[in-house]
Amino acid sequence: MALITAAPHAPAAPREASSPRRSGAFPTPRAARRYWLVVAALVGLALLFGTLLISYANPMPLGTRGFWLIAQHRSVAVFVMALIAVCQAVATVAFQTVTNNRILTPSIMGFESLYRAIQTTSVYLFGLAGLVSFTGVWSFVFQVVIMMALACALYGWLLSGRFANLQVMLLIGIVIGGGLGAVSSFMQRLLTPSEFDVLTARMFGSVSNANPAYFPVAIPLVVVSVAVLWAMSRSLNTLSLGRDAAVNLGVNHRRTMIIVLIAASALIATSTALVGPLTFLGFLVATLAYQFADTFDHRYLFPVAALTGFVVLSAAYFVMNHIFYGSGVVSIIIELVGGTVFLIVILKKGRL
Amino acid sequence: MTGTTTRPRATRAAGLLDWRLLIGVAVVGVLLVASLFVGVYDIVGAEDGWQMFFITRVPRTIALVLAGAAMAMSGLVMQLLTQNRFVEPTTTGTTEWAGLGLLATMIVFPNPPLLVRMVGAVIFAFIGTMIFFAFLRRVTLRSSLIVPIVGIMLGAVVGSVSTFVALQTNSLQNLGVWFAGSFISVIEGQYEVLWVVVLIVIAIFVVADRLTVAGLGEDIATNVGLNYNRIVLLGTGLIAIATGVVTVVVGNLPFLGLIVPNIVSMIRGDDLRSNLPWVALLGVGIVTACDIISRVIIMPFEVPVSLILGIVGAAVFIALLLRQRRAGAL
Repeated sequence: MALITAAPHAPAAPREASSPRRSGAFPTPRAARRYWLVVAALVGLALLFGTLLISYANPMPLGTRGFWLIAQHRSVAVFVMALIAVCQAVATVAFQTVTNNRILTPSIMGFESLYRAIQTTSVYLFGLAGLVSFTGVWSFVFQVVIMMALACALYGWLLSGRFANLQVMLLIGIVIGGGLGAVSSFMQRLLTPSEFDVLTARMFGSVSNANPAYFPVAIPLVVVSVAVLWAMSRSLNTLSLGRDAAVNLGVNHRRTMIIVLIAASALIATSTALVGPLTFLGFLVATLAYQFADTFDHRYLFPVAALTGFVVLSAAYFVMNHIFYGSGVVSIIIELVGGTVFLIVILKKGRL
Repeated sequence: MTGTTTRPRATRAAGLLDWRLLIGVAVVGVLLVASLFVGVYDIVGAEDGWQMFFITRVPRTIALVLAGAAMAMSGLVMQLLTQNRFVEPTTTGTTEWAGLGLLATMIVFPNPPLLVRMVGAVIFAFIGTMIFFAFLRRVTLRSSLIVPIVGIMLGAVVGSVSTFVALQTNSLQNLGVWFAGSFISVIEGQYEVLWVVVLIVIAIFVVADRLTVAGLGEDIATNVGLNYNRIVLLGTGLIAIATGVVTVVVGNLPFLGLIVPNIVSMIRGDDLRSNLPWVALLGVGIVTACDIISRVIIMPFEVPVSLILGIVGAAVFIALLLRQRRAGAL
């Protein structure tokens, strides 16, 4: 009989001393160490590229007033990169968790088409003067509000009621974007080439589009949205198990989903209104972050994703600025790389 | 045993030519005649009115018929091959690929003739469509809605390549003008290539049954003795030729291949053989109606038909989605 009864005190698996018995974000101490090494490496890279961007190839001798002026000017661009990285990374990770799909990005929801349509309309109606005067804080607020209104209308309408269906909502967002795109491209035909050239600069995401005057509005928006998502990270951890499991574990699925989507939309809307459209940056960053962090826990995913975003952006800008001398096409390069990674990921995963 | 009277099975009218279709043809015919006479130039009163009539109006109307039928049927064939209701050249990136091909020929050959441009567009459209189908075969789907989303993102990648190339060669605004589908530039001597599309339409009619079987999936198609891969290649080839030719001559006609087959199958069910003429007819009708609207909306100027189609198509597509959502079919 003693053979069948299990020993009441089976020797526990060797654990590190004083570590409480819980399954945390990392299954083994080794995984935790690996995570912190990755974070350290990312921080190192971010500091490296950030300082390089600010100080590299500065024509003024170190320490003079001119040097500091140039450095100050450049540090604004670096700060914008950091802001955009946080926006895109956090929004994409949260969005992909809520949609339970690591292929989608929130930026395909028609925000970019809306941005392009707004910009094109302002040039079309008021000419170049319109575009130049359409750069104040109010225009920024106006754009963010319009984008948020579209997002909230879509969510409120399509994610409530008996027939709530996330994918229908996404597709409708995309299609609305397509319709807006048709309108924009029609107006673009009617512009003079010089007007079109000025507009083109706005059509591609670029940190030079950002105006420091927007910061008083943009920074609080980003901080609040990120704080909301950060506070919800435990719910997000549960949601990543899928809808049914999350509901079983007591998460109010629909409410959580709508709050997360609104916060993510605020981030993407801010980013788009600040620098212009960046379709695949979020996707690229989120995909890399899942590989780097190797955990399900959003409290650990978010920082890694944001850091990765900053490293990708600053490295791309540094390389394009100082090696290829083509800073205007940074966003297109990121689009190409991100798009290619997107296709590879789909093919490797083998399921959507 | 004896009590039951065996009545003949009630068959749905599946004749290719029933009276409803004739009415439809008549309605579209009226639209086409209207298309012949709508415009700024006074063809009745002016001296060279008849010349003008044959230089612009007749070619334009012929182009409407060919492009409308071809794009609607391409959408239908794509939906059959992918077993997905939301697939058409706009939502799979095929159009973007055709545009990239067009751009590629512009770079390789300075001022290429129309035929060279077209061959480039067709080849790229074929490659792009095959890539998309390869995706669908490698990737197991949890939901049919993901397919258009992925296709649109794929199109965005290809589109960003085109944009990059166009930026480098300083032809971005031209690119926008080419791609916006419009029948403005269709005049005598500029559109004759479109007649190729007639062959495509006939070919689709001929292989309709095989495409239907292929639409049941690879296993069933192979079981009934069909070479599945060959029919997929054939279908893709037909789509690519139609899309490539129409993109080069007319431009991008968004959503046409999506809304037409869906409306027809909503009303008539899924009998492909008797639906085909309806799809062709409705495609012609919608394009013609949109083109007439585009000609009169800001007289004496025109807007590109893709603008009207984009807005109307987006609205219809959303209505279709909501309807399906309500039915819980998704």
